[in-house]
Amino acid sequence: MDSLSKLDEVKTTRWAGGREPWSIEYGKIMMWFFLVSDAFTFSSFLIYYGAQKFAQPTWIDADKIFQSIPGIADHGQPLVFVGIMTFILIMSSVTMVLAVEAGHRNAKKEVVKWMVWTILGGIAFVGCQALEWTHLHHLGFWFGQNPATGLTDPAAISAALQPYFTNDISYTAALQFSNLFFTITGFHGFHVTVGIILNIIILCMVLNNTFEKRGSYLMIEKVGLYWHFVDLVWVFVFTFFYLI
Amino acid sequence: MAHHDHTLDSHDAHAHGEGMGVKRIWQVFGILLAITAVEFLVALGFVHHWNIVEKGAALYAFYIVLTLIKAYYIVAFFMHLKFEKKSFIISCSVVFIFIIYFIVLMLIEGGYLLDHFQQHPVYPNK
Repeated sequence: MDSLSKLDEVKTTRWAGGREPWSIEYGKIMMWFFLVSDAFTFSSFLIYYGAQKFAQPTWIDADKIFQSIPGIADHGQPLVFVGIMTFILIMSSVTMVLAVEAGHRNAKKEVVKWMVWTILGGIAFVGCQALEWTHLHHLGFWFGQNPATGLTDPAAISAALQPYFTNDISYTAALQFSNLFFTITGFHGFHVTVGIILNIIILCMVLNNTFEKRGSYLMIEKVGLYWHFVDLVWVFVFTFFYLI
Repeated sequence: MAHHDHTLDSHDAHAHGEGMGVKRIWQVFGILLAITAVEFLVALGFVHHWNIVEKGAALYAFYIVLTLIKAYYIVAFFMHLKFEKKSFIISCSVVFIFIIYFIVLMLIEGGYLLDHFQQHPVYPNK
């Protein structure tokens, strides 16, 4: 009898069921798990970039390919423009976390203010990336294409690619760089674009008092997680494409 | 039920509020900005303009360490992971062991391809 009644007893320890072991709302857990899987995708891209760099006898010099500031300088200024982009994205991450913080205090007006700044930051970043892409496209880089595409004479290929290499010149290395740059920054830019759309939807919901009625601004936190993740990915893209 | 959820959420919000106040947010921002500034100082100044530091494995390791520190601050503070339950932190982070393994695997593979399958023309840079 005693042992049977023990079976029916509701256990109260953390992992015995009947309570939330993590004390996190379901949607937020799922956002985290999605981001972990997304991190795998980006990792695979960047690891492949690294593997290519290891497999090629020579590689493009980042200082020579990224050295323009659109509208100001055509060349000779490496890292400046991407520095501005990095600053914009970190800044928009800060305004996002400020929106989350305001949400915890149920301060609707502040949430709206910080969400608007976050969206503007995101749009500015995507705009900068569009300028960067346009510039590289003008130089002759694109998916499956580099400035020497279509040339057959080794001297001509070498001359077309010479401005972008410090060490030996390789058509294949330039092509792999081009493919991976557009694929990885493109996939990241796609994420930023999706983030902007999500932020706009959430901003509309805030203005519509949806969260006010719900009694919690938790949704801001979930979208915020996604937005910070986009910033996180950029930190790695910046290091591996522009610094190294 | 709805009422129960509400109290749970506001309790949750309270717990998070303790973790990340406005002051803390700007502190973390300051750290991220400072690390990025160091990266630029080294890359633009030491390497590009003054030629004090040579590009190479040591410099790249330095950049990667700074990158990982930045990643830690973003994930731990901006994404609040530091303030979640320990079991959740482990759930989200332990899988990256596979990524470390994948990095080692692919870089070794890349090095092998360079030594054994290199058949694309390489032109000297005069």
